[in-house]
Amino acid sequence: MAENAASPVRRPVVTPTRVVAGLCLLAPFIAMLWVSSYARIEPTLIGIPFFYWYQMAWVLISTALTAVAYRLVRREQRARKGGEVR
Amino acid sequence: MTTPVTTLAAGSQGVDGVALTVFVLFFLAVTVMGFLAARWRRAEQSANLDEWGLGGRSFGTWITWFLLGGDLYTAYTFVAVPAAVYAAGASGFFAVPYTILVYPLIFTFLPRLWSVSHRHGYVTTSDFVRGRFGSKGLSLAVALTGLLATMPYIALQLVGIQAVLDVMGLGGGEHANWFVKDLPLLIAFAVLAAYTYSSGLRAPALIAFVKDGLIYLVIAVAIIYIPIKLGGFGEIFHSAGTALAQHGPTGKPRGELASGPNAQWAYATLALGSALALFMYPHSITATLSSRSRNVIRRNTTILPLYSLMLGFLALLGFMAIKAGTDTHGNAQLAIPQLFEDMFPSWFAGVAFAAIGIGALVPAAIMSIAAANLFTRNVYKDFLKPGATPEQEHKVAKLVSLLVKVGALAFVLTMDKTVAINFQLLGGIWILQTMPALVGGLFTRWFHRWALLAGWAVGMVYGTLAAYGVASPTQKHFGGSSAEIPGLGQIGYIGLTAFVLNVLVTVVLTVVLKALKAPGGVDETSPGDYTADLGDEGVTADLPPATAGAPAGH
Repeated sequence: MAENAASPVRRPVVTPTRVVAGLCLLAPFIAMLWVSSYARIEPTLIGIPFFYWYQMAWVLISTALTAVAYRLVRREQRARKGGEVR
Repeated sequence: MTTPVTTLAAGSQGVDGVALTVFVLFFLAVTVMGFLAARWRRAEQSANLDEWGLGGRSFGTWITWFLLGGDLYTAYTFVAVPAAVYAAGASGFFAVPYTILVYPLIFTFLPRLWSVSHRHGYVTTSDFVRGRFGSKGLSLAVALTGLLATMPYIALQLVGIQAVLDVMGLGGGEHANWFVKDLPLLIAFAVLAAYTYSSGLRAPALIAFVKDGLIYLVIAVAIIYIPIKLGGFGEIFHSAGTALAQHGPTGKPRGELASGPNAQWAYATLALGSALALFMYPHSITATLSSRSRNVIRRNTTILPLYSLMLGFLALLGFMAIKAGTDTHGNAQLAIPQLFEDMFPSWFAGVAFAAIGIGALVPAAIMSIAAANLFTRNVYKDFLKPGATPEQEHKVAKLVSLLVKVGALAFVLTMDKTVAINFQLLGGIWILQTMPALVGGLFTRWFHRWALLAGWAVGMVYGTLAAYGVASPTQKHFGGSSAEIPGLGQIGYIGLTAFVLNVLVTVVLTVVLKALKAPGGVDETSPGDYTADLGDEGVTADLPPATAGAPAGH
């Protein structure tokens, strides 16, 4: 497709890569806003109720998902700039 | 500087000398750093707003990380989140999902704001709104909302310092007169004001390193040391569960260990609403725009959650305070400082207090700089003195940053603490109402500027009235930030309800105004501006390039 980033060729806004990145960014919203899915005490982890350790585990999960989205977006950017590495 | 503090220490009762000495030493070190910061990474010409207010827009990944972290996780957060957990259990833990949701949001829209701001030389969100919608009125609305919402936030940082000083035995004496009582706070404040004035954004960026190092250290120690002393997490949660189930003065239990069915809507809407609001605050934008490239921002969203993890652990300290039977004299805000004082040896309690105290200085400095940027660009230059030179802007900004802090200080000294907290609640609701103009504007030019202004006004009025109507056991008005969502019958965050109302009004009026062919204003940005990165044409230039009315992008 476009070899040069400056060329005014129209590129599709929605690409498979972007859809996957979007889903990675959307997942934490579904998980965290669905409170009834995690509002319980059992199972506990080293004495900490599920409610707390589950949400803290999601800090790590969402970080991993954001990192995936970052790599996907970067890869696509590079491909669009014709392999130019910044 | 040590002299007045030691005199004071001798004069009042129950002062922990070791803790106080450690605290003062850290404070002194930080003060020196603050003044030296002016020389750090300095550019050739320094008398303009980009330099003072955005640190020359040159911060890389790590500095941006510390700056944003120092900015978002404030002293008040460290005091208030565990205090909320201490007081009511699960509902206080919403801060964790809230900070989880913030990062996907940043990832999505802040790079676009970075790009357009760097191409057009925008320093504030209002600059962008004015450029995008060609509306000074809308830009003024955004600027005033930002100023209104930031001031109580600064005041709360001072409340955070006060909590620490109280526990250290300073300023708590019954017979002390107001001057002696407030002297430590006045000193902390003077230090803050002086180095922000001289060094701008570089001072908090540099001090943020110390602050975060201390905070991570204190929390790591606390989360291991305190549970061992208290008999493990199982014990802590068992006794917390029992304590929370006890009926309070209202006849209802104090709280619960996991959100019950009636509290889940409030929990979710508070988390979402707060996440949406956080990046509307001028100080978060200031920290973001000072980064070097789009990718610095995105990369940061993958490392900033480290702070959320820390916040989660910190929140658990609230339960530890319940188990330890911490005596807060009826003021839940004192729970964590008091827990540290009771649990840690004196010298380490001093380190912990220094962490909280310095943790208040960093955000307070950034907030006052952000407020100054807003006033200078969007009130002073747009309305009072259109032809202002960069030197004049710089001078006014410095002065305003000082005035804003004096205002916050006066607020804290003259009014009850609960007033500051109430205004902070309102501020969150208010700032969320600028989102349609800002984030909407980043992605589409479809909204009409007058519709955005009307939507903003409706959201502001509804949010304020709804918050006024919330009563709590101790207050008749502004007792909380949740109320019934009209039509749903569930309790939810007022800010989010107001936001939905705001968007509805904006959409309906946009359709009407477009049908009436009302003038839409000139858009000075073009679609390519939103994806431009460092190295692209026009991005590194300091001054906005002469862009004539580009066609509106959809």
